[in-house]
Amino acid sequence: MKRKVSIALVAAVTMALTPAYAEQVLTIGVRSEAASLDPHWTQLSADLQVQEHIFEHLVDLDSASQTVPGLAVSWEPIDETTWEFKLREGVTWHDGEPFNADDVVFSFDRLRAGIDGAPASPAFQLEKGSKTWEKIDDYTVHIMTDGPYPTVAEDLAMLPIVAEHATAGKTASVDFNSGEAAIGTGPFMFEEYSPGNRVTVVRNENYWGDQSAWDRVVFRPVGEESARLAALLNGDVDIIDYPPTVDLPQLEADPDFTVSTVSADRLIYMIPSYRHVEEFVTDVEGNPLMPNPLRDWRVRKALSLAIDREAIRDRIMGGASLPTGNIVPPGFFGYVDEIEADPYDPDQAQALLAEAGYPDGFMITIQGPNDRYINDARIVEAVAQFWTRIGVVTEVDTMPRNIFFSELIRGGDLTFPGFDDPKFSMALTGWGTVAGEATYTVSGILESYNAATGGGNGNFGRYSNHDVDARSILAKRTIDRNARLELLEEATKIAMEDYALIPLHFQVNKWAMKSSLEHTPRTNERTLAWEVRPVE
Amino acid sequence: MLEFLLRRILQAILVLFVMTVLVFFGVNVIGNPVYIFASSECNQACIDEIIVNLGLDQPIWRQYLTFLGNLFQGDLGRSFTHGVPAMSLILERFPATLELAIAALVLALGIGLPLGIYAGLKPDSPISKLIMGFSMISFSVPIFWIGLIFILIFSVRLGWLPSIGRGDLVSVFGLFEVSFLTWDGLRHLLMPAFTLSLIMMAMVIRLTRAGMREVLHADYIKFARANGIHERRVIGVHVLKNILIPIVTVLGMEFGGVIAFAVVTESIFSWPGVGKMLIDAIAVLDRPLIVAYLIFVVVMFVAINLLVDILYSVLDPRVRLGGNVS
Repeated sequence: MKRKVSIALVAAVTMALTPAYAEQVLTIGVRSEAASLDPHWTQLSADLQVQEHIFEHLVDLDSASQTVPGLAVSWEPIDETTWEFKLREGVTWHDGEPFNADDVVFSFDRLRAGIDGAPASPAFQLEKGSKTWEKIDDYTVHIMTDGPYPTVAEDLAMLPIVAEHATAGKTASVDFNSGEAAIGTGPFMFEEYSPGNRVTVVRNENYWGDQSAWDRVVFRPVGEESARLAALLNGDVDIIDYPPTVDLPQLEADPDFTVSTVSADRLIYMIPSYRHVEEFVTDVEGNPLMPNPLRDWRVRKALSLAIDREAIRDRIMGGASLPTGNIVPPGFFGYVDEIEADPYDPDQAQALLAEAGYPDGFMITIQGPNDRYINDARIVEAVAQFWTRIGVVTEVDTMPRNIFFSELIRGGDLTFPGFDDPKFSMALTGWGTVAGEATYTVSGILESYNAATGGGNGNFGRYSNHDVDARSILAKRTIDRNARLELLEEATKIAMEDYALIPLHFQVNKWAMKSSLEHTPRTNERTLAWEVRPVE
Repeated sequence: MLEFLLRRILQAILVLFVMTVLVFFGVNVIGNPVYIFASSECNQACIDEIIVNLGLDQPIWRQYLTFLGNLFQGDLGRSFTHGVPAMSLILERFPATLELAIAALVLALGIGLPLGIYAGLKPDSPISKLIMGFSMISFSVPIFWIGLIFILIFSVRLGWLPSIGRGDLVSVFGLFEVSFLTWDGLRHLLMPAFTLSLIMMAMVIRLTRAGMREVLHADYIKFARANGIHERRVIGVHVLKNILIPIVTVLGMEFGGVIAFAVVTESIFSWPGVGKMLIDAIAVLDRPLIVAYLIFVVVMFVAINLLVDILYSVLDPRVRLGGNVS
């Protein structure tokens, strides 16, 4: 107590003595560092959250991932296949040059031409709907698609705009990391990139939008979660992302610190596989089962009812999860109100198993990553125990993400592209609805797999249901928001009543900070300096 | 001497070649980096493009030949994640690791030698028992735990030392940057360096004590004393020089390991060195970076071993480089 009083005293004295013009610095302890400052290089969150301080998009996403004007002030479809974007006038690049439609065209051209060696540029957002673009005048750009295409704005929210005069002819990462090409329009300007140690950005005095409270923002990577917490406790950093879940109760009780919370766009779920025979599904003696019991919706429902999602939330996640039966989080376009998380009901689960013809249960192995999602391996273990209790003897096989995802998606190196053969019979994985709306979530994880159209590219269990497909494919071509919403809700309801997959929860993201700060957390997991403010 | 060096270099090249084969094919067996980078919305066309961008569309033997060809031109490839030549990434971060390792070595010798000598001279005193107890604990308690406890005590509770990163840097001759010349840098360096030095320190204490016990009873020490040589000179020159050989051998091997795999310490203290970079690279299967780093480590080990061999001949004139018994 005495210590806290003295800290408060010191803080008070410091604040009283600090002149009003003192530089306001925000130091953020982040889980992983930005690998490159080229905004077209990858789509890893760690890179994007730093880049977004420097570079902007035509369309921004607010903290709930809904589209708001960015470098474009408005957009509307002018016919079935053309969207008109009006650009913001009077915006300048960090070096003083004016921003106009040429920069937009240049940025899209740069992406389409491909960035040499880039592991995952966001260029595929331009391929969706075969987009083409045209400058109409200095502040008008048209985006054309090959058919009616509703989510142009959501796609453009993933495409950072770079300066033609600063970027043309530059090598990707090297010139951005040195600062030479890191010229954006964002609220902060590049100052220093010290690999593994810190990235520093400073306030852009000429920013077109609202100024944040910070003159300088420092990102410091602290990969080890307990070290990240220690850095917050001793004042090396002001705010951290992903505080360790086991320490959350103490942090929340400590008056010196505040925890901010928001349910994330990331769904954690179990994917059943639908082949006739599954390698990891056998009868109790270990013989292959034909047909695969997971093809029976009653079995899938039984497995879902057998999971106590609230116990997972309270015992494993430190309270930080939102049990669900939906596929996009509340507040997102396409969230279905009436779908609720399945209750924990082992008796009904056993009855359903018996009804489906498995009164003695069967054997199954769950595979999952152990370093990708919050507490992933422990969730898999808990699910295995729940299932074993209703007679489905479950084994657990967790592995590092670098192995897990290869086998989840493709199965082996010998499969041909387009003919992937996912390996697992039941896997835990996650899906982030990055665009804040459900069109590509329904298409990605519920639609039948089709390499040519990109449908079902996250459907690794190969669930296939014509009723879902018809609505999903139509939704992707429906510009009218209400009609699209209805299609998406119908598709979601049909698939979830059929237990196409078994949702567990949405991750809940937490940030921990000094109690002198307040933070508006984002569903898309990024930490942005202008969403952190000193408490008045 | 020249023949010795030549033979060593030939050996090194052979080791290096075997190493490239093992590492290159080894990392290509594990997982597939494409799926680490691909966004969940990435469709087949997009995945195919990533495969081409990373150069993984070629059969593995051709990838290896390309790699060998580039290696002969001094090009170790470009990191998947960073898009920067792997070697420049390694060199950028290597000074941080080297600084940490040297600081640890200095601490290990600076503290370990005197303690070991004391324990060797007065094996039965309670202080010696304390010293030996300390060395046992340093050996057996995991570095990971010690590092966290240090952070908890000195950083969180007492607030004396910062717990993450490297402090202010000073450029030396414009070549590389060091942090131990600034006060802030030293404060950042102390905890990680001490944590990293513990195992080496324990080893130095034990080797020194054992060596002392043995050498003190040797005839030449008795004669030295009988000659009336001052005790300080007996210990400082005659004893010390004779016990240094095992210490140099062990530290030489250990030092290479400390540099190459200071991973744990670097992760706990978020030290921006190569060890942490290696772990990050493995997590995302950044193959070129992993391969480049391991090759770099092999070269370093060969160099350190060579240095140790030369040091022997300085410390013990009976050891002749080249192996010809004269």
